[in-house]
Amino acid sequence: MRTRPTARVLQYVAVVCYLVFLGFPLLWLISSSLKSPQEFASITPTILPKNVDFSNYSDALSEQGLVRGLMNSLQISIASTILVLIVSLPVSYALARFRSRLRPITNGWILVSQVFPVILIVIPLFMILRPLHLTNTIPGVVIVYMVWSMPFALWMLQGYVAAVPRELEEAASVDGAGRLRTIVSIVMPLLRPGLIATAMFTFISAWNEFFFALVLLQDPDLKTLPLVLARFVGAEGQVQFGPLAAASVLATVPSLVFFAFLQRRLTSGLLSGAVKG
Amino acid sequence: MTATVTAPPEAPIRKTGRPKQNREAIFLFLPALLPVLLLSVYPLIRGIALGFTDARAGLRVDTNFIGFGNFSRLLHNGLFWDSFRIGIIWTLSVTILQFVAALGLALLLNTNIKFRGVARTLALIPWAMPPVVVAIMWRLLLHPTNGPVNEILQKLHLTDHPINFLGDFSTALPAVIVVGIWVGMPMTTVTLLAGLQGIDRSLYEAAAVDGASAWSQFWNITLPQLRTVIVAITSLDMIWNFNSFGLVYVLTAGGPGGKTMLPMLFAYNEAFRYGNFGMAAAMGDVMVVIIILFLAFYLRNRLRSEA
Repeated sequence: MRTRPTARVLQYVAVVCYLVFLGFPLLWLISSSLKSPQEFASITPTILPKNVDFSNYSDALSEQGLVRGLMNSLQISIASTILVLIVSLPVSYALARFRSRLRPITNGWILVSQVFPVILIVIPLFMILRPLHLTNTIPGVVIVYMVWSMPFALWMLQGYVAAVPRELEEAASVDGAGRLRTIVSIVMPLLRPGLIATAMFTFISAWNEFFFALVLLQDPDLKTLPLVLARFVGAEGQVQFGPLAAASVLATVPSLVFFAFLQRRLTSGLLSGAVKG
Repeated sequence: MTATVTAPPEAPIRKTGRPKQNREAIFLFLPALLPVLLLSVYPLIRGIALGFTDARAGLRVDTNFIGFGNFSRLLHNGLFWDSFRIGIIWTLSVTILQFVAALGLALLLNTNIKFRGVARTLALIPWAMPPVVVAIMWRLLLHPTNGPVNEILQKLHLTDHPINFLGDFSTALPAVIVVGIWVGMPMTTVTLLAGLQGIDRSLYEAAAVDGASAWSQFWNITLPQLRTVIVAITSLDMIWNFNSFGLVYVLTAGGPGGKTMLPMLFAYNEAFRYGNFGMAAAMGDVMVVIIILFLAFYLRNRLRSEA
């Protein structure tokens, strides 16, 4: 189909507008993180830093709370990702392969857990975890994240399991392999891309999470990176924008790595399948 | 509920297969069962029930069932109504504007235009950024003295004094809504783009042969074909926006003067600042009812388009 030249021009104008709206905030954040304190104080800010200066990054990393937040976030995200995978893999296998009565129940739970405002859940959670001495601890947050990342992990993994040809499993079973053996040596290797994608999603959602951490973690030594960053903002007045911008860029790095990795698959395969379903 | 009515009928299964499959399925579900029951199902039920009690924070406090007491108190609480009004303005504005912007972007990305790859990557990044970082970034952008937005507005002589977007009564909510649109666009764009790519090309070819203009093709082919996707993603966006917390908490904390106090922020303060667990849960209950009304709207539309 040919497009008229005027329409073409309008399309390009629109694309440029979108690029500016979506890209400029990011550009500003990154450029702010590279500006020297003197340049920051100047009355006429420039889009790009006049001299690239990495002192904001070293300042941010010399901040005690920030590094600790980074380590806490890493620990919590890795632990909850591993747990989610261990627990979700068998469930998603059962969901994709068996027509048991548990299937509609699980799908109902996945839907409900997306719809309910977290305030309703967080108060009872707090009341359950407190007598178990799990509030204000890293394990407490890890198990909460595990349960709350599961709906999405199940939804993703189910699709990947369904895509593994049943014939392969039947062949294995003809050869005398039991169900467990079939899952471990036939299904799991074929699921590797799906497991990696799910792991990354789970990691990022734990890495970015704010609300549960805000309620469950009070001890300054246990706070995750988003909490530490949010506290810096709260302390306005003495806040230094340069190091804050640098820390924000650092906090975004895992997500960027993830998207560089997954971008193709995301736009074409994964979500189109979900939408058609 | 309605969901059970619309669920697809179970495929016929060989009689002998079922008990064994159920047993095997239960075995596979086992590791997930305890954490889900303890940390998701039970808190959900308990949370709904808490709305009907006078529960308070603290270790040794008596909790009594007080029926609809919290709800009748909410009914007379002006701040609560304000917060819901703000929540609905926020939800509808963000959802609608984000949908329009995302549809435009998805249509552009679906053409053979240049910069498509760059635009697609940029459109995805906000999705992956921590909400706290997004909030910090926009605070830098909208800063009254150092922010580039004020700088640009003043250079263009659109304003003669710096505007404190997030601190001013009249601009705080619109500013927060713009950030909400920025954050939510990726998911909506990607979903709509996937929907667009699923439309049969031959429909457009047939329309072009009949001499239909681009505009009429959009109205008569694109929109009707996208209908299911549009209903699904806008409903989800509404739910997510209505329940959103972190972004606005870091941007304005509900200020100035409660002008951006979304229902979630209000309930959070009630629970963890003032310790009124029962009251906060009652607010959560009201939010659930509103969301179920959203969903009823969604399911009705779905059913009608499938009929």
